[in-house]
Amino acid sequence: MTGRMAGKVAFVTGAARGQGRSHAVRLAEEGADIIAIDLCEDLPEVPYPLATKADLDETVRQVEALGRRIVARVADVRDSASIDAALREGVDELGRLDAVCANVGINNPAPAHEITEEQWHTVIDIDLGGTWRTVKAAIPYLVGQGTGGSMVLTSSAAGLKGYANIAHYTAAKHGINGLMKTLAQELAEHHIRVNTVNPTQVDTPMIMNDPMYRLFCPDIENPTREDFAPISQSMNALPIPWVESRDVSNSVLFLLSDESRYITGVALPVDAGVLIK
Amino acid sequence: MAGRVEGKVAFITGAARGQGRSHAVKLAEEGADIIAVDALKDIDTVTYPMATDEDMQETVRLVEATGRRIHSAHADVRDFESLRIALDAGVEQFGHVDIVSANAGILSFGAVEELSEETWAQMIDINLSGVWRTAKAAIPHLIRQGTGGSIILTSSVAGLRSYAGVGHYVSAKHGVVGLMKTLAQELAEHHIRVNTVNPTQVDTPMVQHPDMYKLFSPDIENPTKEDFAQASGESILYPIPWVESIDVSNAVLFLASEESRYITGVALPIDGGVLVK
Repeated sequence: MTGRMAGKVAFVTGAARGQGRSHAVRLAEEGADIIAIDLCEDLPEVPYPLATKADLDETVRQVEALGRRIVARVADVRDSASIDAALREGVDELGRLDAVCANVGINNPAPAHEITEEQWHTVIDIDLGGTWRTVKAAIPYLVGQGTGGSMVLTSSAAGLKGYANIAHYTAAKHGINGLMKTLAQELAEHHIRVNTVNPTQVDTPMIMNDPMYRLFCPDIENPTREDFAPISQSMNALPIPWVESRDVSNSVLFLLSDESRYITGVALPVDAGVLIK
Repeated sequence: MAGRVEGKVAFITGAARGQGRSHAVKLAEEGADIIAVDALKDIDTVTYPMATDEDMQETVRLVEATGRRIHSAHADVRDFESLRIALDAGVEQFGHVDIVSANAGILSFGAVEELSEETWAQMIDINLSGVWRTAKAAIPHLIRQGTGGSIILTSSVAGLRSYAGVGHYVSAKHGVVGLMKTLAQELAEHHIRVNTVNPTQVDTPMVQHPDMYKLFSPDIENPTKEDFAQASGESILYPIPWVESIDVSNAVLFLASEESRYITGVALPIDGGVLVK
């Protein structure tokens, strides 16, 4: 049985761990070769550890274990030149580009009036600006090949509703939904589809950290993952505390495969019913 | 390799032809047994012919050719008892039901102020109330089984935006989206997911007929399929005249499978970007 992504090459940002790694592995399972980038260093404006080079190496190991090829590079979505260089090397080695997962994201909870200029700028620059720079780098390859393509931008349930104490993140994720709709318009004539995935809380290091536990459990002194679980679950309609990266990856796979060949301009919640609760 | 809905049983209304048949065959190809119903009689406010016994026999043949089983029955979504009896017989035969595709639908025409009571009533009774009756017949089985389930209601792009000349259809399809959201709330505790598919024009007998051609090309005296392809294509962002039943079936398969295990309360457009044009 041929895979659902057989013969395609996918570019995944934030691929060292979490959802990005899961997307890379899931797409490779279905036959795709992967171009992976990640920053692989901490940032002063982000209050939890970011991925490491060792994490990115583990993504490489998992993709190669599936018999697929991967080109992995350290690159920063705040810097177009670094994205361009990594993508150029990947396309040179793997021969083409068909699919894009603009997955990089960070968060840094605080009430809107306490967010500093630096915090605001960092979240907007990485989550929204980084998504734009990622697609900007990829579009010339997709248009130039003339064989269409599919891009999935990682938004959030926070791209479709408000959440207290993450105003910058909510604004950035709403911005990604707007960017997606404009891209869908601009690229339809080239048979390039653009959609978002909009997850609820996902079990990744971006969510499972002390500042996020404190955001969701303000009345507990030193909240833990166990304290966070029932509060997180109370936000979802389905009786689960959070979704797994694999759940988002299955939606990304659907949107990148030809099964969704005429789906474009769509925000797909993977949200356990947060939006209808 | 196991199919994506291996071992599940799917209940599909309007299964004799068009999208319903396509859903039945696709789900069977991926390992599901099928309980298929259709009214199989013409409707006086509808100007194109409804499916026939021969159509249903062809659906049966196509499903059995995949190696799966099918229980087919005459049942009219305007008659709850006919649905209940057909579904109960199918569950008796196969032991359970896991997937529901409330697909039966009609199309008729008229400016809002010109619609007759009968045209309005039949539209609402089939396209909205018929979806409710289908869910109502299936929910007791799904809850009693205690193993969750996935209900997919066929709405339309017309469930998310308006079209002149089909106000009753637009009203019914919007209603289906509202019904879906309430069902998603009511059934989440039982791990039963409820979503809609929202297609643009699909290449089926409900769409390919002279009255539909006239709706899209009011200034042409006797518009042809070629005229319709042009006019329909102009309503769609992506460079296609319409989508195929298989495109909707692939979305139904995704929503029916465990790949979407935490997606509920979502309206999924398969619309070539009509909504973002």
